[in-house]
Amino acid sequence: MTAPAIELKGISKAFGPVQANKDISISVQPGTIHGIIGENGAGKSTLMSILYGFYKADAGEIYIKGEKTQIPDSLHAIKAGIGMVFQHFKLVENFTVLENIILGAEEGAMLNSSLGKARKQLKHLAEEYGLNVDPDALIENLSVGHQQRVEILKALYRQADILILDEPTGVLTPAEADQLFRILDRLRDEGKTIILITHKLREIMDITNTVSVMRRGEMTATVKTAETSPEELAELMVGRKVLLRVDKKPAEPTSTVLDVQSLRVIDDKGVERVKGIDLTVRAGEIVGIAGVAGNGQSELLEVLGGFADGTGTITVNGKQIPLTGHGADGQARRAAGIAHVPEDRQREGLIMEYSAWENTVFGYHHAPEYQSGMLMDNSGIQTEAQAKMDRFDVRPPDPRLAAKNFSGGNQQKIVLAREIERNPDLLLIGQPTRGVDIGAIEFIHQQIVNLRDQGKAILLVSVELDEIMSLSDRIAVMFDGHIMGERDPAQTDEKELGLMMAGITDTKGTEAQTNG
Amino acid sequence: MMDLVTILLPILDSTMRLATPLLFACLAGLFSERAGVFDIGLEGKMLAAAFFSAAIAYTSGNVWLGMLAGIAASIALSLIHGLASITFRGNQLISGVAINFLAAGMTVLVAQDWFKQGGRTPSLQGDARFGPIEFPGAAALADVPVVGPIYSELISGHSFLVYIALLAVPATWWILYRTRYGLRLRAVGENPAAVDTAGVSVIGLRYSAVLICGLLCGLAGAYLATGLQAGFVKDMSAGRGFIALAALIFAKWRPWHALGACLLFGFLQALSLRPDAVKILTRVDIPVQLLDALPYILTVVILAGFVGKAIGPRAGGEAYVKER
Repeated sequence: MTAPAIELKGISKAFGPVQANKDISISVQPGTIHGIIGENGAGKSTLMSILYGFYKADAGEIYIKGEKTQIPDSLHAIKAGIGMVFQHFKLVENFTVLENIILGAEEGAMLNSSLGKARKQLKHLAEEYGLNVDPDALIENLSVGHQQRVEILKALYRQADILILDEPTGVLTPAEADQLFRILDRLRDEGKTIILITHKLREIMDITNTVSVMRRGEMTATVKTAETSPEELAELMVGRKVLLRVDKKPAEPTSTVLDVQSLRVIDDKGVERVKGIDLTVRAGEIVGIAGVAGNGQSELLEVLGGFADGTGTITVNGKQIPLTGHGADGQARRAAGIAHVPEDRQREGLIMEYSAWENTVFGYHHAPEYQSGMLMDNSGIQTEAQAKMDRFDVRPPDPRLAAKNFSGGNQQKIVLAREIERNPDLLLIGQPTRGVDIGAIEFIHQQIVNLRDQGKAILLVSVELDEIMSLSDRIAVMFDGHIMGERDPAQTDEKELGLMMAGITDTKGTEAQTNG
Repeated sequence: MMDLVTILLPILDSTMRLATPLLFACLAGLFSERAGVFDIGLEGKMLAAAFFSAAIAYTSGNVWLGMLAGIAASIALSLIHGLASITFRGNQLISGVAINFLAAGMTVLVAQDWFKQGGRTPSLQGDARFGPIEFPGAAALADVPVVGPIYSELISGHSFLVYIALLAVPATWWILYRTRYGLRLRAVGENPAAVDTAGVSVIGLRYSAVLICGLLCGLAGAYLATGLQAGFVKDMSAGRGFIALAALIFAKWRPWHALGACLLFGFLQALSLRPDAVKILTRVDIPVQLLDALPYILTVVILAGFVGKAIGPRAGGEAYVKER
């Protein structure tokens, strides 16, 4: 048997009191795809950052192809044949593909000769691995999928034979993700070793040969993918049995709560982001908006939530609500019975520096029950916050702790507690489980379903197709500011929705008009 | 025709001389800001360089030694800015403001201590100043109509540093767009993480840019005190560092455009030296105070964003913190 491509022995790393990696050992065979799965904060990215020279391990040894290797910085990692594709791409947006690829790996002090050589090399790589990208295109004009290809090409140009990909599909459409997996397959066939970091069980099951599970900084198991199941992996990740499916009975929708007619939204830059959509949400149902990020879903939520202007007609419970000017703010929306759990909870849902109890009333702090004469009834609010936090299982259950000190899942529970407990008629909820651990996802999904069962209307926006499919009673797909169509989740599948998310409708079989 | 030439030539001649310190400072800012380090301390560096070049040129009688002293002073302030904003990740604006105050106070204080002439240096004479460089045939051609005066007055007869400033424009362009160093410099101002993950030192690149900035500001200050004027006087940079910043924004951080912007500002400054010529050209009696204020008015107009939207280097003004 050949030496492992990568072998880590006893890697430990602490950030202050937090032990991010505890005595981790792992061995990756050459020519395989090795998955590393774990919840947020399990230490996956820290481990890979150590391997790429971003952090220095407190203890432990790294062996590359059987040789003990020191990796004090990225340059050494590159020299050792390691390439990394980060979750957030490290590309210079207003440079061309070619310039990005040679950056740091130029051959000589003059650019022209380096660019010429790189162009030839790039053509060669494109043919060998099926990685076609226009070398003269500016990065900012490329789709996310193509930007990712540039990152892979960057690594290959530096002759990496070990590729680390950190959550590579988070930003891709299902079709783009499929393409990526085909590329990874091909790279593996050519003898490259690939480490895939992800929190998506399905990806692990689909493409990896071996999978390691991390939990709270420790490596809990390494198993052959063929010999495990998603349920087993989920349990290893969380440390207890997890319900992967949402448990809900069929919806019993009644009267229309939200009615949107020909809504248009133009953003600050003058770009039309929502191009005339019609949508209804009835009481007692969850309508899910599927789509790749940036296709107008965020703007739809912003207009409904009252912090962006739009044109068109929106009625809530039969009453028209203003879309611009006075009366089109969050305060008015809340008064109309709309609660909003925004997509970016850390910027729009919470004030991170403020304590949890203050965060449990923001937006509703004018309510009479929170006043005590001329002052706010702080002790009353704190008592109520404690009760809310207990009901929503916020951990640690300390209302005096600042919002920033809670994990992503617990921050989301604080926002949910605030919005749901006001008993709204309509709940807008964006990316409810982004950055939330599997265990907390289960709880949050259950809260959303419970609210529906109380006869409330829920509009759900998520880029996670799995989430949309398991929660929604009706699915609308948005692409380029249009609603491509509505589907019954029981009568559609990921393939059909994925095509619609890419602007292709099944019925027509042709690419939809995108208005340039 | 002849009339127009005789009226315009002195103005254009002054434009060249007045644009020179602006151009040095503007290119200095260009290097620094392209690397992601904002520098509003151009003014202070220029002023310190002006004082030290005048002081050393006077005491040694050698303008070249003076120039080197000016560059050294400016680079020293650059390194302070680098230390504060690159190494210690401090606020780049505040560091720049501090440098401006430091230079404004220190130059006058030291000047008073050394020369006892009320915070100024004695007048520079002879080899302690940069003299004009006469191009071959300038005198012979001077009498040829139109072309002659343009060659002998406008093109020939400036001091060494004027020509260096003009040459610095293509040099900057070439470094920025034709060399590996330029590619990395532009990249570090746009996305330092891309540079870092490519195995290149962000800190090293930014320090190098700050050093170049110091060198160019030093030349700007040396020219002010030993070329444009003959000695240092209090606050002699007179806001030129800020005008250079406005020119940089106007030029959208591009070298050739920077030349154009600096010539425009230089031209406006030259007009205020020649109110008589302006009166002849426009047939309107424009108050000289208004002419004096023109470059500053344009600065405010540009900085207020009236001249199109200028988007600077995207990572500008932020210290680089390594993160995943």
